[in-house]
Amino acid sequence: MLRMNVAVCVKQIPDPAAPGELDPGTNNLVRTGKLILDDSDAYGVEIALRLAEQAGGGEVTLVSMAPNGEVSGLRTALAMGASRAILVSDEKLAGSDALGTARVLAEAIKRASPDLVLAATESTDGYTGTTPVQVAELLGLPAVTFAKKVEVEGGNVKVERQTEAGYDEVICPLPALVTVTAGVVEPRYPSFKGIMAAKSKPVDQLDVAGLGLSPDQVGAAGAGQRVIEVADAEERGAGEIVEDDGEGFAKIVAYLEQLKIV
Amino acid sequence: MALGKVWVLAEIAAGAPTGMALELLAGAKSLGAGSIEAVAWGPDVAAAAPALGAAGATKVYDAGDIGSGLPGAPVGAAIAGLIGGGNVPDAILFGASYDGRDIAARLSAKIGHGVITNCVGLEAAGDGIVASHALFGGAKVVTSTFTGAKPWIFVVRAKTFAAEESPAGAPCEVESIPVPDLGRTGAATVVNRHVEERSGPKLDEAPVVVSGGRGLGQADKYAMVEELAKMLGGAPGASRAIVDAGWVPYSYQVGQTGKTVKPAVYIACGISGATQHMVGMKGSKNIIAVNKDKDAPIFSIADLGIVGDVHKVLPALIDALKNR
Repeated sequence: MLRMNVAVCVKQIPDPAAPGELDPGTNNLVRTGKLILDDSDAYGVEIALRLAEQAGGGEVTLVSMAPNGEVSGLRTALAMGASRAILVSDEKLAGSDALGTARVLAEAIKRASPDLVLAATESTDGYTGTTPVQVAELLGLPAVTFAKKVEVEGGNVKVERQTEAGYDEVICPLPALVTVTAGVVEPRYPSFKGIMAAKSKPVDQLDVAGLGLSPDQVGAAGAGQRVIEVADAEERGAGEIVEDDGEGFAKIVAYLEQLKIV
Repeated sequence: MALGKVWVLAEIAAGAPTGMALELLAGAKSLGAGSIEAVAWGPDVAAAAPALGAAGATKVYDAGDIGSGLPGAPVGAAIAGLIGGGNVPDAILFGASYDGRDIAARLSAKIGHGVITNCVGLEAAGDGIVASHALFGGAKVVTSTFTGAKPWIFVVRAKTFAAEESPAGAPCEVESIPVPDLGRTGAATVVNRHVEERSGPKLDEAPVVVSGGRGLGQADKYAMVEELAKMLGGAPGASRAIVDAGWVPYSYQVGQTGKTVKPAVYIACGISGATQHMVGMKGSKNIIAVNKDKDAPIFSIADLGIVGDVHKVLPALIDALKNR
């Protein structure tokens, strides 16, 4: 294949290191502050860039759905080397579930006509883990999930897919969708040149109407589910914490004895 | 009005339902389902039917041997076909396994119904089902319910329900269901399967789990974790950090993206306790943590915490156990 066009689904999320917040009115995750590129998505971006480089050219298009026209996470991925981004942002999308999100991403991906669609196996914040395969179904594409290795050869994608017992080697003709696990590759750091270049790379912004979706297919209206309550989890009280004075191991032995493990 | 029919995705391995399949059947029973039926695929469905029957299923829909295909598209389409034909259960329970998630997602998009995933609890409430799942690494518990049309699709994490010891002999009818034309969606083919040999008990069934994290410093130090696990009749586990670093295979991972474990004793060695990890092991009966950072989050849930260097504490512990 001479050119390889890859679309990468990326999520822009609140910094996972900061305490998470829910909107008390809607119980939706609060995503109004500064958003960053979900760490899980950096792997897909890296693989996409490598596949395009190996093919000798092609476009890596980022596809994202985020509130308030948020682009800071997209800029990070553009600085890594992606060519352009499609961002879907619309108030009507608030409260979307995984399927509603998949409808939006699928419509956006169509506009990039990719040979391959990449996504993380799940996001760090919501971790529903179904959106990519829902996207594949809506686009009529085959999907290979949980990839720990991805190669493209002669119009096929070759994947090592994790399984309960080990892994499977899977071959799938393109176009296809693949979800990648963390750690498959080492994502590159954006270079200074990359960061500067990212500022002028195109980000096409679309809304629900622009995608040709009707408002009842997305957002809280399309979700068909509601949150009843958000409660603090039962606290698991801390037990005995001791500094190791060289005899810490004996504490563990005594504890295991008391439980009759040894 | 009580709950009507509930379907359970029953994954089958080596001619028998997996632990997850039996857990989900127990879950359907605990919901007070009017009837429980299973959906399965593969060459061994008929062989597994008696075990499914004993666990409460009166019927198993058999999507057949899918050969070298991946199950997501064909099994999802077969279930959608049943529903399209007017056979509509109230709910379908899927395990949060590699294939369970794929099938649930395919089905969801095909029939246009949403999913509630990562369930760690399901309860019947009137004629609905309330699902709970953990958020922010288990700091919050969210309960939610479907408001839309049936069937409702739930993806349930391992160990949410306890598989029941079942009396033998309850009959379970096997009904073949067709896999419709998949178009391009069924184009992926498995060309080779690799089994990574592990000795000792399975990670998610072991009474003791000893896990290692970044604090071990380097890959070869993981041998200490394996040795301790073996001495205690347990299984070795790992944090995402060292799986990502390639020290151990993914199948060792405990956490949100890995396995959920609930052993009698969990020993965390050099694991700081990222929310991603804690969500997979918080349910352990007893937690022991060894970490040199006294502020590591893992200590907030440890029953016994040793603030110290794993490179000193673990060898001493292993020696002490050897000399008993």
